[in-house]
Amino acid sequence: MDLSLTTRQEGTHTVVVVGGEIDVYTAPKLREQLIDLVSAGSYHLVVDMEGVEFLDSTGLGVLVGGLKRVRAHEGSLRLVCTQERILKIFRITGLTKVFPIHSSVEEALAARD
Amino acid sequence: MPTVELCFAALPGHVRTARMIATAVSRRAGVPAGAVDEIKLAVGEACARAVRVTRRSSPQALVRVELTDSAETFTVVVSDSGVPGDEIAPGPDGGLISVDALLGLENPAGPEASVLGVPDLPGDADSDQPFPPGLGLALIEGLVDEVAVRRGADGTGTVVEMTWHTGEPADDTDLDSAAYAALAAEIAGSARRQA
Repeated sequence: MDLSLTTRQEGTHTVVVVGGEIDVYTAPKLREQLIDLVSAGSYHLVVDMEGVEFLDSTGLGVLVGGLKRVRAHEGSLRLVCTQERILKIFRITGLTKVFPIHSSVEEALAARD
Repeated sequence: MPTVELCFAALPGHVRTARMIATAVSRRAGVPAGAVDEIKLAVGEACARAVRVTRRSSPQALVRVELTDSAETFTVVVSDSGVPGDEIAPGPDGGLISVDALLGLENPAGPEASVLGVPDLPGDADSDQPFPPGLGLALIEGLVDEVAVRRGADGTGTVVEMTWHTGEPADDTDLDSAAYAALAAEIAGSARRQA
């Protein structure tokens, strides 16, 4: 399965719904999407990862890159993830301390930066 | 003697193929489901790293994966002939550097300061490298029961050997023909995508 990406606007936030596999082959597509959003002035992003089946360190790197970009504009990048096998990857790498991780898009949107 | 051996051209799209084969072989070996997930991710990380260093220095060379299923362990050896980069960071004990040290989580300014506050690290967040460099191997260390990283036998390249303790083998859990057909179709699709 390839990577799927859709975006929608929710008030001041942009929700990026990611599905499939984020790996060394597909991560560049996600990176381009995040760069395009920030270039277009979307600085408050919610990345919905509930449909992600696989995530590797290249994907983590892209998310860190996205966070750096929105932070440069006083923005935010929140993740939505409840899948244990994906959460485990954030825990092993210590990135749970870097990304706010929420259990639903609604919860992420309700969080105040 | 490895149970399954695979050599592939150093192209990012083939990393997925290697992951799928590792998943299928470990399942067939009766490895518990949780460990199969770990094997899939760790093999993906090791192969992604091997592809990166190979593309950089010897793009014609192949990446080799050996999967060995023995009574109480499942071992995966990923070898490349590329020139190793800075992603192999020997830790204080001669092994891989710890994740905390890598990410600077012991930094009193907090993890955010170390991960986000150093824009000029060699592993640019916007390049194809994992960020920071070494994150892939650090992830491997967190997933694998035993990991050893060494130079190739002829002095070039890197060998990453990963071992999981899987306990007593389960009954033969051979893939049924439908699962095999689905796997073959997926691998064929993956190969086409790469073409």
